[in-house]
Amino acid sequence: MNKDLLIYLTITCIKIFIVFGVIQFMIISMIWFERKIMAHMQVRLGPMRVGPHGLLQPIADGIKLLFKEDIIPEKANKFLFVLAPVMTLVPALITFAVIPFGDKIKIFGYSIDLVITDINVGFLYIFAVSSLGVYGVVMAGWASNNKYSLLGGIRSSAQMISYELTLGLSLIGVVMLTGSLSLVDIVNAQAKIWNIILQPIGFFIYVTSAFAEVNRTPFDLPEAESELVAGYHTEYSSMKFAMFFMAEYANMITVSAIAVTFFLGGWQGPFLPPVVWFMLKLSGCLFFFIWVRSTYPRLRYDQLMHFGWKFLLPLSLFNILITGLVMVIKG
Amino acid sequence: MGIESQLGDNILTTTLSTMINWARKSSLWPMPFGLACCALEMMAVVAPRYDLARFGAEVFRFSPRQSDLMIVAGTLTYKMASVARKIYDQMPEPKWVIAMGACAVSGGVYNTYSVVQGVDQILPVDVYLPGCPPRPEALIHAIMEIQKKIEKESL
Repeated sequence: MNKDLLIYLTITCIKIFIVFGVIQFMIISMIWFERKIMAHMQVRLGPMRVGPHGLLQPIADGIKLLFKEDIIPEKANKFLFVLAPVMTLVPALITFAVIPFGDKIKIFGYSIDLVITDINVGFLYIFAVSSLGVYGVVMAGWASNNKYSLLGGIRSSAQMISYELTLGLSLIGVVMLTGSLSLVDIVNAQAKIWNIILQPIGFFIYVTSAFAEVNRTPFDLPEAESELVAGYHTEYSSMKFAMFFMAEYANMITVSAIAVTFFLGGWQGPFLPPVVWFMLKLSGCLFFFIWVRSTYPRLRYDQLMHFGWKFLLPLSLFNILITGLVMVIKG
Repeated sequence: MGIESQLGDNILTTTLSTMINWARKSSLWPMPFGLACCALEMMAVVAPRYDLARFGAEVFRFSPRQSDLMIVAGTLTYKMASVARKIYDQMPEPKWVIAMGACAVSGGVYNTYSVVQGVDQILPVDVYLPGCPPRPEALIHAIMEIQKKIEKESL
């Protein structure tokens, strides 16, 4: 093994460890932030008793869930039942492999890209991987051998597949403007002007579809408490449930990171270092998720499907048409 | 349950049980079993004025698999008794029960053929909370009593 390859592998491993560590930390802190922000928006205090302003709340939840009895229903399909939480969590995490979180930096003479790997079909990779998440949900619903789980799983898969379409189409405009599928190129192209200004309709469609894609509040039908107990994870207890919980937050972080990369200029920004800008924009997006959750009621299932197929899909096609027209006219 | 019998009563097990009890008492996720008017007082507890979230207990999980504390709020009829027992059995260990309101504690005014005279006939109740219905502050007090009970438990 030659020296360059060894150094390359070491750097990549370090980057992977750092990125995954930061994501895990963000997931844990998101749980606290969500409970606290929701509480303050509802004129409550939120967790107060464990640590200063309830800072240790996610740790208490984690330890409690770790030491709870782990139930696998007798008639469940055991293999799929155990596999499902992993299948939801892993795709959410590995999407981060192509997201650039900073400019090139130089350490000891080596130039390091602040992205785990810059593949030239990053856009396709994101959609190939993130659509795997729906398998975990369907498997959880089916393997639990519970009617509420199954209904939640079916709903969720229908919703995620429908909105995957508009999610992809909303980003086509950005790809057309940039002329590249690589996420690093897309961020570099936004040095002067962010894509949110050039593609406002695309951004609107992306945000709406992203909410549906990660099953967050206006579209959280898969776990609608009033109808489906807890949706596809009704039968899950202990750490398996915690993994679904983590997967939800990991998905939120991932779609926010994609929004930042495609529309909000990635790590571009004045004065502050690029990584700080990226984290600031990411936090802003995550706050928006929580804000929406404490503002909007849940849609009905048919409203959700009508909205996706009859409004968002034509709108996203229209957006692509307009983008193409403008590009042709301007040459 | 097992760990202390293997390791003996030393500083490791004592600290471990303290930590786990701390975690359990600070994230008591309730399973709402609202049967009558007491359920409205239970809802008021998570609302801004009383705010159960301060204790980390606002996460009302509607799946028994994910909850720790069953709050039986209201009149338990014989028809509902089997359901209550089934829900309790579906909850993973460790689990606790609050009997909320006079009806759940003793049958209350409904001394009739159709009402279970106290949920302790079918469930192991940890804290009895009398009142018709009890004030939300009283429910918070009951949850704090459960927390005190958890502190004293060993693994």
